[in-house]
Amino acid sequence: MNQSITNKKKRKKDTVALVLIYLSSGFSIGLLLLILGYVAFKAVPYFSFKYLYSTTSIIDHTVGILPNIINTLYLVIVTLLIACPIGIGGAIYLHEYAKNQKLVRIVTFANEVLAGIPSIIYGLFGMLFFGVYLGWGFSILTGACTLSLMVLPIITRNTQTSLETVPKSYREAALGLGTNKWYMIRTVLLPSAIPGVLTGVILSIGRIISESAALLFTAGSGVLLPKGLFSHLFNSGATLTIQLYLEMSKANYENAFVIAFVLVIVVLLLNLFAKFIASKWDVSKVENNGK
Amino acid sequence: MNKEMTSINSDLKKREVVEKSAEHILRFLSIVSIIAVIVITGYMLMAGTPALLKYGIFDILFGTVWQPTSSNPSFGILYVILTSIVGVTIAVIIAVPIGLLTAIHLSEIATRRSSKWMKTAIELLAGIPSIVYGLLGVQIINPIIYQLELLIFKNSATHQFTGGSNLLAAILVLVIMILPTLISVSENALRAVPNNYRTSSLALGASKMQTIFKVILPSAKSGIISAIVLGIGRAMGEAMAIVLVAGNTIHIPLPFSSVRFLTTAIVSEMGYAQGAHREVLFTIGLVLFLFIMLINVMLSAVLKRGEE
Repeated sequence: MNQSITNKKKRKKDTVALVLIYLSSGFSIGLLLLILGYVAFKAVPYFSFKYLYSTTSIIDHTVGILPNIINTLYLVIVTLLIACPIGIGGAIYLHEYAKNQKLVRIVTFANEVLAGIPSIIYGLFGMLFFGVYLGWGFSILTGACTLSLMVLPIITRNTQTSLETVPKSYREAALGLGTNKWYMIRTVLLPSAIPGVLTGVILSIGRIISESAALLFTAGSGVLLPKGLFSHLFNSGATLTIQLYLEMSKANYENAFVIAFVLVIVVLLLNLFAKFIASKWDVSKVENNGK
Repeated sequence: MNKEMTSINSDLKKREVVEKSAEHILRFLSIVSIIAVIVITGYMLMAGTPALLKYGIFDILFGTVWQPTSSNPSFGILYVILTSIVGVTIAVIIAVPIGLLTAIHLSEIATRRSSKWMKTAIELLAGIPSIVYGLLGVQIINPIIYQLELLIFKNSATHQFTGGSNLLAAILVLVIMILPTLISVSENALRAVPNNYRTSSLALGASKMQTIFKVILPSAKSGIISAIVLGIGRAMGEAMAIVLVAGNTIHIPLPFSSVRFLTTAIVSEMGYAQGAHREVLFTIGLVLFLFIMLINVMLSAVLKRGEE
Protein backbone atom coordinates (compact mmCIF):
# COMPACT_ATOMS: atom_id res chain seq x y z
CA MET A 1 0.00 0.00 0.00
CA ASN A 2 1.21 3.48 -0.76
CA GLN A 3 2.05 5.15 2.53
CA SER A 4 2.71 8.64 1.16
CA ILE A 5 1.04 11.40 3.19
CA THR A 6 -0.10 13.12 0.04
CA ASN A 7 -2.42 10.22 -0.67
CA LYS A 8 -5.80 10.95 0.70
CA LYS A 9 -7.22 8.14 2.78
CA LYS A 10 -10.62 7.06 1.60
CA ARG A 11 -13.02 6.47 4.46
CA LYS A 12 -15.96 4.25 3.70
CA LYS A 13 -17.92 5.56 6.65
CA ASP A 14 -17.61 9.11 5.39
CA THR A 15 -19.03 8.20 2.02
CA VAL A 16 -21.92 6.35 3.62
CA ALA A 17 -22.67 9.31 5.90
CA LEU A 18 -22.57 11.72 2.99
CA VAL A 19 -24.93 9.54 0.96
CA LEU A 20 -27.33 9.32 3.91
CA ILE A 21 -27.21 13.08 4.36
CA TYR A 22 -28.04 13.67 0.70
CA LEU A 23 -30.81 11.07 0.81
CA SER A 24 -32.39 12.65 3.87
CA SER A 25 -32.37 16.16 2.56
CA GLY A 26 -33.54 14.92 -0.80
CA PHE A 27 -36.45 13.28 0.97
CA SER A 28 -37.31 16.43 2.92
CA ILE A 29 -37.20 18.69 -0.10
CA GLY A 30 -38.86 16.09 -2.30
CA LEU A 31 -41.77 16.02 0.11
CA LEU A 32 -42.57 19.65 -0.59
CA LEU A 33 -42.45 19.12 -4.35
CA LEU A 34 -44.55 15.98 -4.04
CA ILE A 35 -47.16 17.72 -1.92
CA LEU A 36 -47.39 20.80 -4.13
CA GLY A 37 -47.39 18.72 -7.28
CA TYR A 38 -49.99 16.25 -6.10
CA VAL A 39 -52.38 18.90 -4.79
CA ALA A 40 -52.08 20.89 -8.01
CA PHE A 41 -52.43 17.77 -10.16
CA LYS A 42 -55.61 16.72 -8.35
CA ALA A 43 -57.14 20.17 -8.07
CA VAL A 44 -56.50 21.85 -11.39
CA PRO A 45 -58.99 19.75 -13.44
CA TYR A 46 -61.82 20.80 -11.13
CA PHE A 47 -60.69 24.31 -10.37
CA SER A 48 -62.50 27.29 -11.82
CA PHE A 49 -62.60 30.85 -10.60
CA LYS A 50 -66.34 30.59 -10.37
CA TYR A 51 -65.75 28.25 -7.44
CA LEU A 52 -64.23 31.11 -5.51
CA TYR A 53 -67.16 33.48 -5.76
CA SER A 54 -70.19 31.24 -5.56
CA THR A 55 -71.91 29.58 -2.66
CA THR A 56 -72.87 25.95 -2.29
CA SER A 57 -76.58 25.63 -2.91
CA ILE A 58 -78.58 22.52 -3.59
CA ILE A 59 -81.40 24.55 -5.13
CA ASP A 60 -79.21 26.42 -7.59
CA HIS A 61 -76.93 23.39 -8.20
CA THR A 62 -73.88 25.46 -7.47
CA VAL A 63 -70.78 24.56 -5.52
CA GLY A 64 -68.52 27.26 -4.15
CA ILE A 65 -66.49 28.40 -1.23
CA LEU A 66 -67.30 32.11 -1.06
CA PRO A 67 -68.81 31.86 2.46
CA ASN A 68 -65.71 30.01 3.67
CA ILE A 69 -63.42 32.64 2.19
CA ILE A 70 -65.44 35.38 3.89
CA ASN A 71 -65.41 33.51 7.21
CA THR A 72 -61.66 33.03 6.97
CA LEU A 73 -61.20 36.76 6.29
CA TYR A 74 -63.43 37.61 9.24
CA LEU A 75 -61.41 35.36 11.51
CA VAL A 76 -58.09 36.78 10.31
CA ILE A 77 -59.19 40.39 10.82
CA VAL A 78 -60.94 39.96 14.16
CA THR A 79 -58.17 37.78 15.57
CA LEU A 80 -55.52 40.30 14.58
CA LEU A 81 -57.59 43.18 15.99
CA ILE A 82 -57.54 41.40 19.33
CA ALA A 83 -54.07 39.89 19.31
CA CYS A 84 -51.99 42.70 17.77
CA PRO A 85 -52.55 45.35 20.46
CA ILE A 86 -51.96 42.81 23.22
CA GLY A 87 -48.93 41.19 21.61
CA ILE A 88 -47.22 44.35 20.39
CA GLY A 89 -48.05 46.31 23.56
CA GLY A 90 -46.88 43.50 25.80
CA ALA A 91 -43.64 43.14 23.88
CA ILE A 92 -42.99 46.89 24.13
CA TYR A 93 -43.51 46.77 27.88
CA LEU A 94 -41.21 43.81 28.30
CA HIS A 95 -38.46 45.28 26.18
CA GLU A 96 -38.64 48.98 26.99
CA TYR A 97 -40.25 49.45 30.40
CA ALA A 98 -39.91 46.33 32.51
CA LYS A 99 -37.29 46.65 35.20
CA ASN A 100 -38.44 43.54 36.99
CA GLN A 101 -36.47 40.78 35.25
CA LYS A 102 -38.48 38.13 37.06
CA LEU A 103 -41.67 39.38 35.40
CA VAL A 104 -39.96 39.28 32.00
CA ARG A 105 -38.90 35.69 32.61
CA ILE A 106 -42.37 34.63 33.72
CA VAL A 107 -44.04 36.29 30.73
CA THR A 108 -41.52 34.71 28.37
CA PHE A 109 -42.21 31.33 29.92
CA ALA A 110 -45.97 31.91 29.67
CA ASN A 111 -45.54 32.72 25.99
CA GLU A 112 -43.54 29.54 25.45
CA VAL A 113 -46.28 27.54 27.16
CA LEU A 114 -48.93 29.19 24.99
CA ALA A 115 -46.90 28.40 21.89
CA GLY A 116 -46.65 24.76 22.95
CA ILE A 117 -50.30 24.12 23.71
CA PRO A 118 -51.85 22.08 20.89
CA SER A 119 -54.66 23.64 18.94
CA ILE A 120 -57.18 21.01 19.98
CA ILE A 121 -56.72 22.12 23.60
CA TYR A 122 -57.31 25.71 22.51
CA GLY A 123 -60.45 24.45 20.83
CA LEU A 124 -61.71 22.81 24.02
CA PHE A 125 -60.84 25.85 26.12
CA GLY A 126 -62.42 28.26 23.65
CA MET A 127 -65.58 26.21 23.53
CA LEU A 128 -65.81 26.10 27.34
CA PHE A 129 -64.80 29.66 28.09
CA PHE A 130 -65.95 31.85 25.21
CA GLY A 131 -68.66 29.55 23.90
CA VAL A 132 -70.30 28.24 27.07
CA TYR A 133 -69.20 30.52 29.94
CA LEU A 134 -69.49 33.82 28.05
CA GLY A 135 -72.41 32.42 26.06
CA TRP A 136 -71.19 33.25 22.56
CA GLY A 137 -71.87 29.72 21.35
CA PHE A 138 -70.50 28.60 18.01
CA SER A 139 -69.55 31.92 16.49
CA ILE A 140 -66.80 33.67 14.62
CA LEU A 141 -66.19 35.82 17.71
CA THR A 142 -65.60 32.70 19.83
CA GLY A 143 -63.21 31.38 17.19
CA ALA A 144 -61.37 34.68 16.89
CA CYS A 145 -60.89 35.02 20.65
CA THR A 146 -59.56 31.46 20.82
CA LEU A 147 -57.18 32.01 17.93
CA SER A 148 -55.94 35.31 19.33
CA LEU A 149 -54.59 33.45 22.36
CA MET A 150 -52.91 31.07 19.96
CA VAL A 151 -51.14 33.68 17.83
CA LEU A 152 -50.27 35.93 20.78
CA PRO A 153 -46.86 34.30 21.33
CA ILE A 154 -45.97 34.63 17.64
CA ILE A 155 -46.70 38.37 17.59
CA THR A 156 -45.03 39.00 20.95
CA ARG A 157 -41.87 37.12 20.05
CA ASN A 158 -41.47 38.75 16.64
CA THR A 159 -42.06 42.23 18.07
CA GLN A 160 -39.54 41.58 20.82
CA THR A 161 -36.84 40.42 18.40
CA SER A 162 -37.43 43.34 16.09
CA LEU A 163 -37.22 45.78 19.04
CA GLU A 164 -33.88 44.21 19.82
CA THR A 165 -32.60 45.05 16.35
CA VAL A 166 -33.42 48.75 16.71
CA PRO A 167 -30.07 50.36 17.56
CA LYS A 168 -29.73 51.85 21.00
CA SER A 169 -28.62 55.13 19.50
CA TYR A 170 -32.12 55.72 18.10
CA ARG A 171 -33.57 55.62 21.58
CA GLU A 172 -30.85 57.74 23.12
CA ALA A 173 -31.01 60.31 20.34
CA ALA A 174 -34.78 60.67 20.71
CA LEU A 175 -34.66 60.87 24.49
CA GLY A 176 -31.76 63.27 24.29
CA LEU A 177 -33.87 65.60 22.18
CA GLY A 178 -36.22 65.81 25.11
CA THR A 179 -39.04 63.48 24.10
CA ASN A 180 -40.90 61.44 26.64
CA LYS A 181 -40.61 57.70 26.62
CA TRP A 182 -44.00 56.80 25.12
CA TYR A 183 -43.61 59.56 22.53
CA MET A 184 -40.21 58.12 21.61
CA ILE A 185 -41.66 54.62 21.35
CA ARG A 186 -44.57 55.81 19.24
CA THR A 187 -42.63 57.97 16.80
CA VAL A 188 -39.17 56.43 16.64
CA LEU A 189 -39.13 52.89 17.93
CA LEU A 190 -42.30 51.46 16.41
CA PRO A 191 -41.68 52.74 12.88
CA SER A 192 -38.18 51.25 12.95
CA ALA A 193 -39.50 47.97 14.30
CA ILE A 194 -42.29 47.70 11.74
CA PRO A 195 -40.71 44.98 9.55
CA GLY A 196 -40.38 42.56 12.44
CA VAL A 197 -43.86 43.31 13.68
CA LEU A 198 -45.19 42.84 10.17
CA THR A 199 -43.39 39.51 9.84
CA GLY A 200 -45.07 38.36 13.04
CA VAL A 201 -48.44 39.50 11.77
CA ILE A 202 -48.03 37.68 8.46
CA LEU A 203 -46.92 34.49 10.19
CA SER A 204 -49.97 34.81 12.41
CA ILE A 205 -52.21 35.19 9.38
CA GLY A 206 -50.71 31.99 8.01
CA ARG A 207 -51.37 30.22 11.28
CA ILE A 208 -54.97 31.47 11.42
CA ILE A 209 -55.66 30.41 7.85
CA SER A 210 -54.24 26.94 8.37
CA GLU A 211 -55.86 26.35 11.73
CA SER A 212 -58.59 23.77 11.95
CA ALA A 213 -58.66 21.85 15.24
CA ALA A 214 -59.15 24.97 17.35
CA LEU A 215 -62.03 26.13 15.17
CA LEU A 216 -64.06 22.96 14.93
CA PHE A 217 -65.74 23.51 18.29
CA THR A 218 -65.53 27.29 18.42
CA ALA A 219 -66.34 28.86 15.07
CA GLY A 220 -68.39 25.87 14.00
CA SER A 221 -69.40 24.91 10.51
CA GLY A 222 -71.91 27.45 9.20
CA VAL A 223 -71.76 28.26 5.50
CA LEU A 224 -74.15 31.20 5.23
CA LEU A 225 -73.15 34.49 3.66
CA PRO A 226 -73.05 37.38 6.14
CA LYS A 227 -76.29 39.34 6.48
CA GLY A 228 -74.71 42.20 8.39
CA LEU A 229 -71.16 43.34 8.89
CA PHE A 230 -71.22 43.00 12.67
CA SER A 231 -74.02 40.51 13.18
CA HIS A 232 -71.96 37.96 11.26
CA LEU A 233 -69.55 37.91 14.19
CA PHE A 234 -72.15 36.03 16.18
CA ASN A 235 -72.89 33.52 13.43
CA SER A 236 -71.21 30.19 13.18
CA GLY A 237 -68.83 30.13 10.23
CA ALA A 238 -66.72 27.41 8.67
CA THR A 239 -63.32 28.54 7.42
CA LEU A 240 -61.62 26.99 4.39
CA THR A 241 -59.86 24.40 6.55
CA ILE A 242 -63.04 23.32 8.32
CA GLN A 243 -64.81 23.10 4.97
CA LEU A 244 -61.97 20.94 3.72
CA TYR A 245 -62.40 18.65 6.73
CA LEU A 246 -66.15 18.43 6.16
CA GLU A 247 -65.68 17.60 2.48
CA MET A 248 -63.12 14.95 3.41
CA SER A 249 -65.47 13.40 5.95
CA LYS A 250 -68.09 13.15 3.22
CA ALA A 251 -65.48 11.57 0.89
CA ASN A 252 -66.00 14.51 -1.44
CA TYR A 253 -62.40 14.56 -2.57
CA GLU A 254 -62.76 16.77 -5.65
CA ASN A 255 -63.93 19.71 -3.57
CA ALA A 256 -61.43 18.86 -0.88
CA PHE A 257 -58.53 19.10 -3.30
CA VAL A 258 -59.71 22.39 -4.75
CA ILE A 259 -59.89 23.88 -1.24
CA ALA A 260 -56.50 22.40 -0.41
CA PHE A 261 -55.12 23.98 -3.58
CA VAL A 262 -56.46 27.40 -2.59
CA LEU A 263 -55.13 27.02 0.95
CA VAL A 264 -51.68 25.92 -0.16
CA ILE A 265 -51.34 28.79 -2.63
CA VAL A 266 -52.42 31.38 -0.05
CA VAL A 267 -50.04 29.98 2.56
CA LEU A 268 -47.15 29.88 0.09
CA LEU A 269 -47.71 33.48 -0.93
CA LEU A 270 -47.90 34.59 2.70
CA ASN A 271 -44.67 32.79 3.54
CA LEU A 272 -42.81 34.27 0.60
CA PHE A 273 -44.20 37.71 1.45
CA ALA A 274 -43.00 37.39 5.05
CA LYS A 275 -39.54 36.41 3.80
CA PHE A 276 -39.50 39.31 1.37
CA ILE A 277 -40.37 41.81 4.08
CA ALA A 278 -37.84 40.40 6.50
CA SER A 279 -35.07 40.65 3.92
CA LYS A 280 -36.10 44.04 2.52
CA TRP A 281 -36.39 46.10 5.66
CA ASP A 282 -33.82 44.71 7.96
CA VAL A 283 -33.05 47.57 10.33
CA SER A 284 -29.76 46.10 11.47
CA LYS A 285 -28.66 45.83 7.85
CA VAL A 286 -29.56 49.45 7.18
CA GLU A 287 -27.51 50.49 10.19
CA ASN A 288 -24.48 48.54 8.97
CA ASN A 289 -24.70 49.95 5.46
CA GLY A 290 -24.82 53.44 6.84
CA LYS A 291 -21.47 53.09 8.54
CA MET B 1 -54.62 77.64 22.34
CA ASN B 2 -52.62 80.58 21.17
CA LYS B 3 -49.31 79.30 19.99
CA GLU B 4 -47.30 82.36 20.89
CA MET B 5 -48.49 82.25 24.47
CA THR B 6 -47.54 78.63 24.99
CA SER B 7 -44.86 77.95 27.50
CA ILE B 8 -42.74 74.89 27.00
CA ASN B 9 -44.23 73.61 30.21
CA SER B 10 -47.85 74.18 29.21
CA ASP B 11 -48.95 70.68 28.35
CA LEU B 12 -46.55 68.93 30.63
CA LYS B 13 -49.37 67.66 32.83
CA LYS B 14 -51.29 66.23 29.94
CA ARG B 15 -48.20 64.55 28.58
CA GLU B 16 -47.42 63.10 31.95
CA VAL B 17 -50.89 61.56 32.12
CA VAL B 18 -50.41 60.04 28.68
CA GLU B 19 -47.00 58.70 29.67
CA LYS B 20 -48.22 57.17 32.89
CA SER B 21 -51.33 55.62 31.40
CA ALA B 22 -49.33 54.22 28.47
CA GLU B 23 -47.04 52.46 30.89
CA HIS B 24 -49.92 51.04 32.91
CA ILE B 25 -51.82 49.83 29.86
CA LEU B 26 -48.70 48.25 28.39
CA ARG B 27 -47.94 46.53 31.69
CA PHE B 28 -51.41 45.05 31.72
CA LEU B 29 -51.05 43.88 28.11
CA SER B 30 -47.79 42.15 28.93
CA ILE B 31 -49.36 39.99 31.60
CA VAL B 32 -52.29 38.87 29.42
CA SER B 33 -50.29 35.79 28.42
CA ILE B 34 -49.76 34.85 32.07
CA ILE B 35 -53.48 35.26 32.74
CA ALA B 36 -54.26 33.15 29.67
CA VAL B 37 -52.01 30.31 30.82
CA ILE B 38 -53.56 30.33 34.30
CA VAL B 39 -57.13 30.45 33.00
CA ILE B 40 -56.53 27.70 30.42
CA THR B 41 -54.91 25.46 33.04
CA GLY B 42 -57.74 26.16 35.48
CA TYR B 43 -60.42 25.40 32.91
CA MET B 44 -58.78 22.20 31.75
CA LEU B 45 -58.53 20.99 35.36
CA MET B 46 -62.09 22.05 36.11
CA ALA B 47 -63.48 20.32 33.04
CA GLY B 48 -61.35 17.20 33.22
CA THR B 49 -61.46 16.18 36.87
CA PRO B 50 -65.20 15.61 37.55
CA ALA B 51 -65.29 12.47 35.39
CA LEU B 52 -62.13 11.16 37.03
CA LEU B 53 -63.68 11.54 40.47
CA LYS B 54 -67.04 10.15 39.42
CA TYR B 55 -65.93 7.03 37.57
CA GLY B 56 -62.65 6.41 39.35
CA ILE B 57 -59.22 7.52 38.22
CA PHE B 58 -58.07 3.95 37.81
CA ASP B 59 -61.13 2.84 35.82
CA ILE B 60 -60.70 5.64 33.32
CA LEU B 61 -56.93 5.81 32.93
CA PHE B 62 -56.34 2.05 32.98
CA GLY B 63 -59.65 0.74 31.68
CA THR B 64 -59.54 -0.86 28.25
CA VAL B 65 -63.23 -0.85 27.35
CA TRP B 66 -64.60 2.24 25.67
CA GLN B 67 -68.37 2.09 25.41
CA PRO B 68 -69.44 5.63 26.19
CA THR B 69 -72.96 5.40 24.78
CA SER B 70 -74.09 1.96 25.95
CA SER B 71 -76.66 1.64 28.74
CA ASN B 72 -73.92 0.49 31.08
CA PRO B 73 -71.21 2.90 29.93
CA SER B 74 -67.53 2.21 30.35
CA PHE B 75 -64.88 4.85 29.82
CA GLY B 76 -61.47 3.18 29.70
CA ILE B 77 -58.95 5.26 27.77
CA LEU B 78 -55.81 3.20 28.33
CA TYR B 79 -55.53 2.21 24.66
CA VAL B 80 -55.99 5.82 23.60
CA ILE B 81 -53.17 6.95 25.87
CA LEU B 82 -50.97 4.06 24.73
CA THR B 83 -51.67 4.84 21.08
CA SER B 84 -50.51 8.42 21.55
CA ILE B 85 -47.36 7.37 23.37
CA VAL B 86 -46.44 4.56 20.96
CA GLY B 87 -47.37 6.50 17.82
CA VAL B 88 -45.49 9.62 18.82
CA THR B 89 -42.43 7.68 19.99
CA ILE B 90 -42.09 5.73 16.76
CA ALA B 91 -42.75 8.81 14.63
CA VAL B 92 -40.03 10.72 16.46
CA ILE B 93 -37.59 7.81 16.18
CA ILE B 94 -38.12 7.74 12.42
CA ALA B 95 -38.10 11.49 11.93
CA VAL B 96 -35.09 12.45 14.05
CA PRO B 97 -32.37 10.87 11.85
CA ILE B 98 -33.91 12.24 8.66
CA GLY B 99 -34.38 15.69 10.16
CA LEU B 100 -30.94 15.80 11.73
CA LEU B 101 -29.17 14.71 8.55
CA THR B 102 -31.11 17.30 6.55
CA ALA B 103 -30.13 19.95 9.09
CA ILE B 104 -26.48 18.87 8.73
CA HIS B 105 -26.76 19.22 4.98
CA LEU B 106 -28.26 22.71 5.34
CA SER B 107 -25.75 24.05 7.81
CA GLU B 108 -22.53 22.21 7.04
CA ILE B 109 -22.49 20.93 3.47
CA ALA B 110 -24.74 22.90 1.15
CA THR B 111 -23.51 26.12 -0.37
CA ARG B 112 -24.98 29.28 1.02
CA ARG B 113 -27.22 29.77 -1.96
CA SER B 114 -28.71 26.29 -2.12
CA SER B 115 -29.02 26.18 1.65
CA LYS B 116 -31.14 29.34 1.46
CA TRP B 117 -33.42 27.77 -1.13
CA MET B 118 -33.79 24.57 0.83
CA LYS B 119 -34.54 26.52 3.98
CA THR B 120 -37.34 28.32 2.19
CA ALA B 121 -38.71 24.96 1.10
CA ILE B 122 -38.63 23.66 4.69
CA GLU B 123 -40.41 26.78 5.92
CA LEU B 124 -43.08 26.30 3.28
CA LEU B 125 -43.46 22.70 4.39
CA ALA B 126 -44.03 23.93 7.94
CA GLY B 127 -46.65 26.39 6.72
CA ILE B 128 -48.88 23.89 4.93
CA PRO B 129 -52.11 23.44 6.93
CA SER B 130 -52.29 20.20 8.89
CA ILE B 131 -55.65 19.36 7.34
CA VAL B 132 -53.95 19.29 3.91
CA TYR B 133 -51.48 16.73 5.25
CA GLY B 134 -54.51 14.78 6.40
CA LEU B 135 -56.03 14.90 2.93
CA LEU B 136 -52.78 13.68 1.36
CA GLY B 137 -52.52 10.99 4.01
CA VAL B 138 -55.94 9.68 3.10
CA GLN B 139 -55.29 9.89 -0.62
CA ILE B 140 -51.66 8.76 -0.90
CA ILE B 141 -50.48 7.00 2.26
CA ASN B 142 -53.60 4.99 3.07
CA PRO B 143 -53.78 3.20 -0.32
CA ILE B 144 -50.07 2.32 -0.16
CA ILE B 145 -50.41 0.97 3.37
CA TYR B 146 -53.46 -0.99 2.28
CA GLN B 147 -51.45 -2.74 -0.43
CA LEU B 148 -48.83 -3.57 2.16
CA GLU B 149 -51.53 -4.85 4.49
CA LEU B 150 -52.99 -7.09 1.80
CA LEU B 151 -49.55 -8.46 1.13
CA ILE B 152 -48.66 -9.17 4.76
CA PHE B 153 -51.99 -10.56 5.92
CA LYS B 154 -52.78 -12.47 2.74
CA ASN B 155 -53.27 -15.77 4.54
CA SER B 156 -54.47 -14.45 7.85
CA ALA B 157 -58.01 -15.39 8.82
CA THR B 158 -58.17 -13.31 11.97
CA HIS B 159 -56.82 -9.98 10.80
CA GLN B 160 -59.30 -7.15 10.68
CA PHE B 161 -58.53 -5.27 7.50
CA THR B 162 -58.35 -1.52 7.97
CA GLY B 163 -58.20 -0.41 4.36
CA GLY B 164 -54.89 1.27 5.14
CA SER B 165 -56.31 3.49 7.87
CA ASN B 166 -54.17 2.38 10.77
CA LEU B 167 -51.43 3.29 13.20
CA LEU B 168 -48.68 2.88 10.61
CA ALA B 169 -50.29 5.38 8.23
CA ALA B 170 -50.79 7.86 11.08
CA ILE B 171 -47.15 7.50 12.12
CA LEU B 172 -46.00 8.27 8.57
CA VAL B 173 -48.13 11.42 8.50
CA LEU B 174 -46.74 12.46 11.89
CA VAL B 175 -43.18 11.90 10.66
CA ILE B 176 -43.79 14.26 7.76
CA MET B 177 -45.47 16.82 9.99
CA ILE B 178 -42.68 17.08 12.55
CA LEU B 179 -39.81 17.10 10.03
CA PRO B 180 -39.86 20.88 9.43
CA THR B 181 -39.73 21.62 13.18
CA LEU B 182 -36.87 19.17 13.69
CA ILE B 183 -34.92 20.47 10.72
CA SER B 184 -35.19 24.17 11.41
CA VAL B 185 -34.55 24.01 15.16
CA SER B 186 -31.59 21.66 14.88
CA GLU B 187 -30.18 23.63 11.96
CA ASN B 188 -30.17 26.74 14.14
CA ALA B 189 -28.40 24.74 16.83
CA LEU B 190 -25.75 23.54 14.38
CA ARG B 191 -25.19 27.04 13.03
CA ALA B 192 -24.72 28.32 16.57
CA VAL B 193 -21.61 26.14 16.98
CA PRO B 194 -18.58 28.49 16.81
CA ASN B 195 -16.67 28.29 13.58
CA ASN B 196 -13.30 27.71 15.23
CA TYR B 197 -14.54 24.30 16.38
CA ARG B 198 -14.82 23.35 12.72
CA THR B 199 -11.54 24.85 11.67
CA SER B 200 -9.64 23.40 14.63
CA SER B 201 -11.01 19.95 14.02
CA LEU B 202 -10.20 20.09 10.31
CA ALA B 203 -6.73 21.45 11.05
CA LEU B 204 -6.07 18.47 13.30
CA GLY B 205 -6.63 16.29 10.28
CA ALA B 206 -10.15 15.08 10.92
CA SER B 207 -12.25 14.54 7.84
CA LYS B 208 -15.35 16.63 7.28
CA MET B 209 -17.65 13.83 8.40
CA GLN B 210 -15.59 13.21 11.51
CA THR B 211 -15.80 16.90 12.30
CA ILE B 212 -19.55 16.91 11.84
CA PHE B 213 -20.34 13.80 13.83
CA LYS B 214 -17.68 13.97 16.53
CA VAL B 215 -17.30 17.71 17.10
CA ILE B 216 -20.25 19.69 15.84
CA LEU B 217 -23.09 17.38 16.77
CA PRO B 218 -21.95 16.95 20.41
CA SER B 219 -21.51 20.72 20.79
CA ALA B 220 -25.02 21.35 19.45
CA LYS B 221 -26.48 18.69 21.71
CA SER B 222 -28.80 20.83 23.80
CA GLY B 223 -30.23 22.59 20.75
CA ILE B 224 -30.84 19.25 19.07
CA ILE B 225 -32.51 17.85 22.18
CA SER B 226 -34.81 20.84 22.30
CA ALA B 227 -35.64 20.25 18.63
CA ILE B 228 -36.60 16.68 19.49
CA VAL B 229 -38.69 17.76 22.46
CA LEU B 230 -40.47 20.34 20.29
CA GLY B 231 -41.07 17.62 17.72
CA ILE B 232 -42.57 15.36 20.39
CA GLY B 233 -44.89 18.18 21.45
CA ARG B 234 -45.94 18.86 17.89
CA ALA B 235 -46.65 15.18 17.22
CA MET B 236 -48.50 14.74 20.51
CA GLY B 237 -50.82 17.67 19.81
CA GLU B 238 -51.53 16.99 16.15
CA ALA B 239 -55.18 16.24 15.54
CA MET B 240 -56.62 17.12 12.16
CA ALA B 241 -53.88 15.54 10.07
CA ILE B 242 -54.36 12.10 11.56
CA VAL B 243 -58.03 11.98 12.48
CA LEU B 244 -59.08 10.46 9.16
CA VAL B 245 -55.82 8.59 8.55
CA ALA B 246 -55.66 6.52 11.73
CA GLY B 247 -58.92 4.64 11.22
CA ASN B 248 -60.48 6.00 14.37
CA THR B 249 -61.59 2.99 16.36
CA ILE B 250 -60.05 2.10 19.70
CA HIS B 251 -57.60 -0.80 19.65
CA ILE B 252 -54.26 -1.82 21.10
CA PRO B 253 -51.66 0.18 19.17
CA LEU B 254 -50.34 -2.35 16.65
CA PRO B 255 -49.03 -1.16 13.27
CA PHE B 256 -51.94 -2.54 11.27
CA SER B 257 -54.83 -1.86 13.62
CA SER B 258 -57.18 1.03 13.41
CA VAL B 259 -56.44 3.30 16.36
CA ARG B 260 -57.48 6.49 18.07
CA PHE B 261 -55.08 9.06 19.54
CA LEU B 262 -55.80 11.40 22.46
CA THR B 263 -56.32 14.25 20.03
CA THR B 264 -58.43 12.39 17.51
CA ALA B 265 -60.65 10.96 20.26
CA ILE B 266 -61.65 14.52 21.11
CA VAL B 267 -62.10 15.61 17.51
CA SER B 268 -64.22 12.67 16.49
CA GLU B 269 -66.64 12.55 19.42
CA MET B 270 -66.92 16.03 20.89
CA GLY B 271 -69.46 16.98 18.24
CA TYR B 272 -72.20 14.74 19.59
CA ALA B 273 -71.06 13.65 23.08
CA GLN B 274 -73.31 14.45 26.01
CA GLY B 275 -73.32 14.13 29.77
CA ALA B 276 -70.79 11.69 31.19
CA HIS B 277 -69.37 10.93 27.72
CA ARG B 278 -68.58 14.62 27.23
CA GLU B 279 -66.98 14.85 30.66
CA VAL B 280 -64.68 11.95 29.85
CA LEU B 281 -63.67 13.65 26.59
CA PHE B 282 -62.61 16.62 28.68
CA THR B 283 -60.63 14.19 30.81
CA ILE B 284 -58.86 13.03 27.65
CA GLY B 285 -58.16 16.70 26.95
CA LEU B 286 -56.73 17.05 30.45
CA VAL B 287 -54.48 14.02 29.96
CA LEU B 288 -53.21 15.51 26.70
CA PHE B 289 -52.72 18.88 28.39
CA LEU B 290 -50.68 17.30 31.19
CA PHE B 291 -48.51 15.48 28.66
CA ILE B 292 -47.85 18.75 26.85
CA MET B 293 -47.07 20.56 30.11
CA LEU B 294 -44.60 17.80 30.98
CA ILE B 295 -42.97 18.27 27.58
CA ASN B 296 -42.82 22.05 28.17
CA VAL B 297 -41.12 21.60 31.51
CA MET B 298 -38.63 19.19 29.93
CA LEU B 299 -37.98 21.71 27.17
CA SER B 300 -37.24 24.56 29.54
CA ALA B 301 -34.98 22.29 31.58
CA VAL B 302 -33.04 21.42 28.41
CA LEU B 303 -32.78 25.07 27.43
CA LYS B 304 -31.60 26.06 30.89
CA ARG B 305 -28.93 23.38 30.87
CA GLY B 306 -27.86 24.53 27.42
CA GLU B 307 -27.40 28.10 28.69
CA GLU B 308 -25.19 26.96 31.51
